Amino acid sequence: LANVKMSMNPFDEIAVEEAIRLKEKGVVTEIVAISVGPQKAQETLRTALAMGADRAILVLCDDEVEPLAVAKIIKGIADEEAPGLIITGKQAIDDDSNQVGQMVAALLGRPQGTFANEVTVEGDSVVVKREIDGGLQTVKLALPAVVTTDLRLNEPRYASLPNIMKAKSKPLANKTPADYGVDTAARLKTLKVVEPAVRSAGIKVPDVDTLVAKLKEMGVA
Amino acid sequence: MSKVQDATLAAITAASQLGEVTALVAGAGCDGAAQAAAQIAGVAKVLKADDAAYANALAENLAPLIAGLMADYDGFVAPATTTGKNVAPRVAALLDVMQVSDILSVEGPKTFTRPIYAGNAIATVESTDAKLVITVRGTAFAKADATGGSASIEAVSAGADSGLSTFVSAEIAKSERPELTSAKIIVSGGRALKDAATFEAIITPLADKLGAGIGASRAAVDAGYVPNDYQVGQTGKIVAPEVYIAVGISGAIQHLAGMKDSKGLFVSGSQMPRRLHPMQL
Repeated sequence: LANVKMSMNPFDEIAVEEAIRLKEKGVVTEIVAISVGPQKAQETLRTALAMGADRAILVLCDDEVEPLAVAKIIKGIADEEAPGLIITGKQAIDDDSNQVGQMVAALLGRPQGTFANEVTVEGDSVVVKREIDGGLQTVKLALPAVVTTDLRLNEPRYASLPNIMKAKSKPLANKTPADYGVDTAARLKTLKVVEPAVRSAGIKVPDVDTLVAKLKEMGVA
Repeated sequence: MSKVQDATLAAITAASQLGEVTALVAGAGCDGAAQAAAQIAGVAKVLKADDAAYANALAENLAPLIAGLMADYDGFVAPATTTGKNVAPRVAALLDVMQVSDILSVEGPKTFTRPIYAGNAIATVESTDAKLVITVRGTAFAKADATGGSASIEAVSAGADSGLSTFVSAEIAKSERPELTSAKIIVSGGRALKDAATFEAIITPLADKLGAGIGASRAAVDAGYVPNDYQVGQTGKIVAPEVYIAVGISGAIQHLAGMKDSKGLFVSGSQMPRRLHPMQL
């Protein structure tokens, strides 16, 4: 990943957007954006600040951090900050793990609303409509709670140029995993990474009859 | 008699590559499901947790039950369905272990392969944890036989309701069609179908004729042509049918991540999308 363009994970953009919308509705007073990673992750936090987050915490860690360690760091921050709602993306599109939100909820002993399609805060609880296999499910969670965002929760806004400039002066605290007593040693050893098998090249059929004939040859139609 | 989901049968195949398999059936009024589980080939024992707290598979109630049972087991294996993905990481964190998500194969007692970067790379990982928590990609393993087994059923006592979450309602899309993740043929539509009526008019008759499941790209779902559970891709369903027919789909990598292990692939459109081109049959 030496020379690759990096950006905020799409599901996290949706999470930031949802937090801002809740603030705009008046049910949230402050938004703290968190990232765990190298110094470069600061840029991602500035993006969140430019979108509308109030302040940010960067937990510096140069090694790759697994979901369990990230969850423990978030728990450490949550213990200090006591947020009413923790919003994460449902999965990061690099490791595709889909674990952090659920793990944070488990470590904090809080309820979880994963794959959220709609989030409504009602007094001391949050109603989450979840995208599940086969349709949608609505659950009611006692606050404080953890919510992970699915694609259709909202359409994230773009940070405007004035807001990007303003974000530069918003507070950003630097921390380390040790501040929260978290050991980031990997539990999973990556033995190797290979490219998936390449498919053999296809053919182009000129018309529908040939296509159907081919399908019949395969024994499927 | 309840029917066991294909994804669960595939998870049992993966689990049996690791050792003796005990199936946990948790729910409210789950006698039928427990009996169905006992007949699955390869299942040595069935644990049944029948309690109102387990209706609707809320993670807050299920995870402590599973974590509690793990004292006697080396690993917990779940299908990578929305339920499995919701519950398993919560179990892993309670046990203080890393979960191995969405495995494609079992390479050794603690070694597995799994896709990363939307399936553009396959990582081989080895767990160094004392206990394993794994979710299994249903399309990557053969289904265990739903009959032929004769496991004993043992009731386990339920834990208390956590009181953290309650089920409100569910809207399940009614469908007479084969379930998407187990369909042999899938006809999938994308943005180019223009609207819901055109999608219905073009995709449905073809799917009916072929007895196929209907899929969609994210663009088609976002535009409201079909419900969200039709979505095939990195964040939707992962499918690997005998034949996948993509109509009006450009072949973005997030879509390919969900269907590129299909055996045959047919693409329709006057302009062949470049990304799908090398993947045709």
